[in-house]
Amino acid sequence: MTIEVDVTHRLGAFVLDARFACAGGLTALFGRSGSGKTSLVDLVAGLIRPERGRVVVDGRVLVDTARGIFVPAHRRRVGYVFQEGRLFPHLTVRQNLLYGRWFTPSGERRGALGPVVDLLGIGPLLQRRPDRLSGGEKQRVAIGRALLASPRLLLMDEPLAALDAERKAEILPYIERLRDAAGVPIVYVSHAVAEVVRLATSVVLLSDGRVVASGGTAEIMGRPELFGLTGRADAGAVLDAVVEAHDPVFGLATLRTPAGPLVVPGAGLPPGGPVRVRIRARDVMLATRRPEAISALNVLDGSGDAVGEADGPTVDVRIGCRGATLVARVTRRSVAALALAPGVPVFAVVKSVAFDRPGAAD
Amino acid sequence: MLDLSVDEWMAVRLSLRVAVWATAASLPFAVVVALALARGRFWGRSLLNGFVHLPLIMPPVVTGYLLLLLLGRRGLVGAWLADVLGIVFAFRWTGAALAAAVMGFPLMVRAIRLSIEAVDRRLEQAAGTLGAAPAWVFLTVTLPLIVPGIVAGMILGFAKAMGEFGATITFVSNIPGETQTLPSAIYALTQVPGGDAAALRLTAISIAISMAALLASEWLARGAGRRLGVA
Repeated sequence: MTIEVDVTHRLGAFVLDARFACAGGLTALFGRSGSGKTSLVDLVAGLIRPERGRVVVDGRVLVDTARGIFVPAHRRRVGYVFQEGRLFPHLTVRQNLLYGRWFTPSGERRGALGPVVDLLGIGPLLQRRPDRLSGGEKQRVAIGRALLASPRLLLMDEPLAALDAERKAEILPYIERLRDAAGVPIVYVSHAVAEVVRLATSVVLLSDGRVVASGGTAEIMGRPELFGLTGRADAGAVLDAVVEAHDPVFGLATLRTPAGPLVVPGAGLPPGGPVRVRIRARDVMLATRRPEAISALNVLDGSGDAVGEADGPTVDVRIGCRGATLVARVTRRSVAALALAPGVPVFAVVKSVAFDRPGAAD
Repeated sequence: MLDLSVDEWMAVRLSLRVAVWATAASLPFAVVVALALARGRFWGRSLLNGFVHLPLIMPPVVTGYLLLLLLGRRGLVGAWLADVLGIVFAFRWTGAALAAAVMGFPLMVRAIRLSIEAVDRRLEQAAGTLGAAPAWVFLTVTLPLIVPGIVAGMILGFAKAMGEFGATITFVSNIPGETQTLPSAIYALTQVPGGDAAALRLTAISIAISMAALLASEWLARGAGRRLGVA
């Protein structure tokens, strides 16, 4: 399963000129508002006709301007979950869910109503009208409706943007289950770092209508030179980890990460399960001797890798820790005092309480 | 009071028949024209808009006279229709229905057009991504959403057809049993001595029919609104 997009399209003064490819799993199209994310998924869905370009999904050419190919939206079998749900107000939840099924050739129908309803937890809502649903419920129904049309690819355009933190937390687990269980590749538009870190298998970073970088989530989100685009204040390393042990007395969990073991809060994390943690650069302290008698539970040894460009009084320092790279944001004065440079052995200190509850997006 | 004579009954029945036919026959055209005006991007759209509205702004007698010139037995189109297809409008009840339909058409188009313009096109896009071809999108999303507008348009058209007088009497005259609708009957009765009682009876019936149509439309619109979750 691959998706290839290579398009140029002008929208007023804005020029979208993007090229990326992605495989299965959940690919995040990430970038600030106005970077062209929604236009890009609209192009893949067939809601916009590009001036030039090619869109290929799973070997099927949907758009090729050079050959005059443009498959209309209704023949693409590309599902779309919109930011505002767009449920049909004149139909019940059940009728909304089954709408796309009607237009799917019977041989290509995957996923029956029952399992999808269970996956999304919308069983009690089936007889209701959309106006009797909460925002979170609407989005779950919208996801189910798109899934039941048996799409070859599912596009999600900031499906959580209109929801408050609680509703987001309610839907995120469903999207994770969808990514892991439904077997449909997902292209997920977002400008929220936490969502991307938690959900994405890979990231395509967009800025001003262009693809700036793409690759694995941990790699892209942890690259200091991209912090300006991925959100400087909350930027930092992203590590894929496995839950190794629990400490029920203190409500902590030990994670095995490529950078070494990490102790984080999280009594509820599934043992053996994969989680992804983000270590914000501003939460990392550096020492050139192993610190003792400190409250921070995590001291990782590594060595200086690179000292970045100064941003006023602060500077981002990259630390190689075994197989992973951490980023520490320290003052220029500290860099001078500790003589931080590539190759210098350092200890990275991370307070356990600095972690977002792993697996949770704010 | 409702002790109607044969002629009066005939006028009531004829009026209902004319109004029902005028409304039903012009509805599909009204929906198509409303769609074209609301959604179409073609040369001559303003011209079409003006043409559709002509019967609303011209004196009804002028509309009736134009119909007579065009569709009368020796009219440009009328002669051809009569000779080739055997269809005659002039001085028949079908002509009265045609005149009523033409007069009510702009009202119907306006009501339906407004409801089409109020439809959230993003819902239609969503239907497209779910696999519905444009014709299905229209039938399963657009049409159900504009039902209140269609009902409103039909009631307006029906009411206009019930009350239409000037164009009808000019085009098809005032022949009892053939083209004498309620308004022409009332008019005729007021022109003869001793016709007042009968005129009053027919007036009461007109009011009753109009009120019934209005109540029916409110009821239908409420039902549609409930289905759309707006009531």
